[in-house]
Amino acid sequence: MPDTLDPHVRFGSNSGQPVTRRDGLAKVTGTATFAADNTPDNMLYAVFVPAAIARGRVTGLDTEAAAAHPGVTHVLTPQNRPPLQGDPSDKPTMFSFRFEALQDDSVRYAGQPIALVVAETLEAANEGARLLNPKYERLTPRTDIDDAEPYAFEAAGFGLPANTVHGNPEAGHASAAQAIDVTYETAPQYHNAMETHAVVAKWEGDHLTLDMPSQAISMSCAGFAYYFGIPAENVTVRSPYLGGGFGSKAIPTGPYVLAILAARMTGRPVKMMLTRQQMFGPVGHRGQTRQRLRLGADDTGRLTVIDHEGIAATSTFDDFVEPAANASQGIYAAGALRSTHRAVKLDIGTPGPMRAPGEASGSAVLECALDELAEKLGLDPLELRLKNYAETEPGTGKPYSSKALRECYAQGAERFGWNSRPRAPGQMRDEDGLLVGWGMGTAFFPCPMFMAEANATLRADSTAVVETSAVDMGQGAWTALAQIAADSLGLPLDKVDFQAGRSGLPDGGVAGGSGHTATAGGALHAAGGDVIRQLGEIAAADPDSPLYGAGNAGFVARDGRLYVAGDESRSEAYTDILARSGGAEIAGNGSASRAPETAEQHAMNAHGAVFAEVKIDPDLCQMRVTRLVGAFAAGRIINPRLAESQLFGGMIWGISFALHEEARHDHKRGHIVNADLAGYHVPVNADVSGLDVITVHEEDPYVNALGIKGVGEIGITGTVGAIGNAIWHATGKRVRRFPIRIEDLLTS
Amino acid sequence: MKRFEFIQPSSVEEALAAWEPGAAWLGGGTNLLDLMKIGAMQPDRVIDITRLPGLSGIETLSDGSIRIGALVRNSDLAVNATVARDLPMVAEALLSGASGQLRNAATVGGNLMQHTRCNYFQDPHAACNRREPGAGCDAREAGDRMALLGWSDGCIATNPSDFCVPLAALDAVIEVRGPQGAREIHVSEFHLLPGDNPQRVTALEPGELILALRLPPEATAFAGHARYLKVRDRTSFAFAMSSAAAALKMEDGRISDARLALGAVAAKPWRAAEAEAMLSGAAPEEALFTRAADAALAEAKPSGDNAWKIDLARRTAVRALLMAAAGTPARIPALPASPFGSKVGDLAHA
Ligand SMILES: Cc1cc2nc3c(=O)[nH]c(=O)nc-3n(C[C@H](O)[C@H](O)[C@H](O)COP(=O)(O)OP(=O)(O)OC[C@H]3O[C@@H](n4cnc5c(N)ncnc54)[C@H](O)[C@@H]3O)c2cc1C
Ligand code: SF4
Repeated sequence: MPDTLDPHVRFGSNSGQPVTRRDGLAKVTGTATFAADNTPDNMLYAVFVPAAIARGRVTGLDTEAAAAHPGVTHVLTPQNRPPLQGDPSDKPTMFSFRFEALQDDSVRYAGQPIALVVAETLEAANEGARLLNPKYERLTPRTDIDDAEPYAFEAAGFGLPANTVHGNPEAGHASAAQAIDVTYETAPQYHNAMETHAVVAKWEGDHLTLDMPSQAISMSCAGFAYYFGIPAENVTVRSPYLGGGFGSKAIPTGPYVLAILAARMTGRPVKMMLTRQQMFGPVGHRGQTRQRLRLGADDTGRLTVIDHEGIAATSTFDDFVEPAANASQGIYAAGALRSTHRAVKLDIGTPGPMRAPGEASGSAVLECALDELAEKLGLDPLELRLKNYAETEPGTGKPYSSKALRECYAQGAERFGWNSRPRAPGQMRDEDGLLVGWGMGTAFFPCPMFMAEANATLRADSTAVVETSAVDMGQGAWTALAQIAADSLGLPLDKVDFQAGRSGLPDGGVAGGSGHTATAGGALHAAGGDVIRQLGEIAAADPDSPLYGAGNAGFVARDGRLYVAGDESRSEAYTDILARSGGAEIAGNGSASRAPETAEQHAMNAHGAVFAEVKIDPDLCQMRVTRLVGAFAAGRIINPRLAESQLFGGMIWGISFALHEEARHDHKRGHIVNADLAGYHVPVNADVSGLDVITVHEEDPYVNALGIKGVGEIGITGTVGAIGNAIWHATGKRVRRFPIRIEDLLTS
Repeated sequence: MKRFEFIQPSSVEEALAAWEPGAAWLGGGTNLLDLMKIGAMQPDRVIDITRLPGLSGIETLSDGSIRIGALVRNSDLAVNATVARDLPMVAEALLSGASGQLRNAATVGGNLMQHTRCNYFQDPHAACNRREPGAGCDAREAGDRMALLGWSDGCIATNPSDFCVPLAALDAVIEVRGPQGAREIHVSEFHLLPGDNPQRVTALEPGELILALRLPPEATAFAGHARYLKVRDRTSFAFAMSSAAAALKMEDGRISDARLALGAVAAKPWRAAEAEAMLSGAAPEEALFTRAADAALAEAKPSGDNAWKIDLARRTAVRALLMAAAGTPARIPALPASPFGSKVGDLAHA
């Protein structure tokens, strides 16, 4: 039985409308309070000291000098740091990592916190940190993927299989008429949301209040409660606004724990905000990968095998392995599929989830490898993808819950003008003599759901309050979720008081995996439906109501009135129904998660096709993406304006991945040499021109009640490969590393 | 951040009197404050010079030279009508540097004095002869975008300024005043090559303050054929991987005088005198420009894994000369100094 929309809902009144961000004005006028904007009375500042070496031991800290500095109140080191009640190596929640919080004097990566200074002012804390003047015993750091030994591990990403095989890959290789065997590298990328990680921690007895950006509010409560030995209800997390999360703000990190510890120790509120440089280490990153792809095809271009092997770098003390090779599962109809992960341990901070973890890196390489195969087969790259179009999920044979990828290819190609693309590289020049190249890639992202709950209360005056601890990372959840809630209650948006972004509300789940709108939205939809159901029951049983006795026909809720389904002449305002029934409020609740039976029976993914144009100076090799067209099918679009901006954002990250982002390690010293935004490049406005997004209509009766698939991450996938392929098409040069740099084109 | 004394003098005399060893002049602060925050510079005394009177003007002197005060902000200088008309490649170079916000703050004096972007100079935990004489140079093994010309075993850093490249080509003169009185320094002698003494980066003596910059009257004679070109990792807001300022004086279809300076290849903006000599008197052709660029880079040698950069610098020089030969555009392109600058219909993103 497919999930279907609650029959009372009239989508389109609010959902589906391009409502502007409800928090937009507050953000552009600076009145939105982000975590670090909170400055409670009597507050102290905490600053951690990052390790300057990547491997070894701290042998000396001048704690006397630091403590003697005016304004410094406390200096925490492994010698005097108060105990934690939960072990930092434990994983109390799904998104837990072992973190570094002064357990011992060893240094496991450059940038690791090795001491904490607490002071009356930020300046004093900074100076205290400098005065600590650490001494080290250095060991040779291992930060080069080439120098490291592989190790055995159980899972890739968060609990994904390390190896997956469908069919017989060896037979697939043996029967291939054409084959390619290529190895690509992707660089480590470090989380650098506009808002760096920040916390203001305050203890009252054994109750802890945290102003902090969090993508997973109730999980944060549970995690911090565990480490500090208090019940989860005793932790209040307030996270009304985030300046971006991208996966890194779902996770309790060492610096947070140290700040909270300092607050408990001093009995005063403590604020900590990471500097830009401090973002390069303790708060996660997209792990470096080296990926080998072996593809085989018969003479007509049908894939006999996709054999994808990824080596990922992880830390010495935890084991998040970038699940890149999984990006080859579930997308093309190959005779055999094999995804293999290997990993090496380096003296680096632990990698973690970053927007499209696995899919971004894996799809980048898969899409380029396919392009290489298309070239070998003499096929148009799009034609090759269509020849291998999967009507059912490859490997499992499951039907897709919905899949409008063919339409994405067609509409994207049409908008882009793909048909006039010459097959051979180096054929196109613009009016200024710049090389022009066109490339494409398939976009693909699964649609997971988490678990969420919500309450809705309809008041006598036909306004409502809805509650869930959902999170707006900047993606627009405050707006899209409120639209869903309003429709589910049959009310205009401005009649609904939307409460979210803090603990103490029903669990809104995790803003991650591109599943937040589906999950929290599903819970809100169910809660609203519960209210309307109760309201209908009251009206149908009330002889004074025009709706009396109409219960069997069902009702449609719209604009604060209930209508008899199929007979619009019979209706009554909520206010009248409630007034007669004694004027009481009606409270409802709901929850949402993936229905296990539909998940078992269907493959569920969002799809898309991205087309890229690059221009390259033929002599100087400077590159620019001049056009990107992305056509995406992602189920129901709740807010086209916000969905488009999410897809834009993903595609811009695709530019970043393809051409810019790279943390560069000095392997001799083991540290990252470009740990600031002057050296660690992301695209600027001038790098982004001609973005075009098409959302392809798609109805999905299985994926969840609302038919939502999610748009947060898919934009990166497809885009990186499309750009790499366009660069080849412009120059005839195949650069097998990301980001692609000027020197790569000059020397290849 | 280390504690320091903060002084805001209101006259040049007061400022000079306030100086003592360990003090630093503060202009726009876009470079100095960053370095102080990361601990790469630790002055005991910071002397804010932005209130000094008489250092913010741009004037044309009676002999035709253009004099620019040390406190003129990079943005103001770039849009000044005289500069845009008479010294177009100076304006173009300025507009290709940093971002609008930074240019609004950055001063002429600060730009002339800006420190290298060598990652190890900026990292107080790294060994760097420039920061600490005799400490060694961690960039020697790891820097791959470093100097090609005039480097030494002691230091392979480059000067990152865009502005200084056309200044070098145009024979700018820097007016300074210090404890010993006033003097003038020709731009070619202002920035120093590292040699055995990498910590000495400019000819400025301790306690000397830059008051102004002067472009000689001849500088304006190149206005019709003067371009700055900058190759970089992203379309805007990135330091140069290589750059070139090329200026030609054309008479009857031949080059009567030529100027060429290269950026991001040495510890100073690199004036290419031999190349200029080859160009003078010749007809402007690509083959000639290629020979000139080869001459400019004849002495270049990789300082690390950067042999490719020699090729890039050569190509940059050739292109800049071609652009100069084509003539200065009526308006600075929306993407100044960019290989994408001439694209029709481009928006002013930079
Ligand atoms: C992110 C970023 C990107 C950048 N990109 C570019 C770029 O692409 N191209 C480019 O050219 N530049 C770039 N810059 C550098 C920028 O141009 C310089 O920071 C700026 O010009 C310095 O000027 P200021 O007035 O702020 O100097 P300050 O920071 O105030 O001072 C810099 C140095 O000059 C000294 N000083 C200042 N004024 C005087 C004076 N009158 N006499 C003697 N000494 C003085 C100071 O003591 C200090 O040592 C960038 C900077 C940043 C932060
Ligand atoms: S190249 Fe020069 S500035 Fe860089 S570390 Fe070496 S000595 Fe210091």
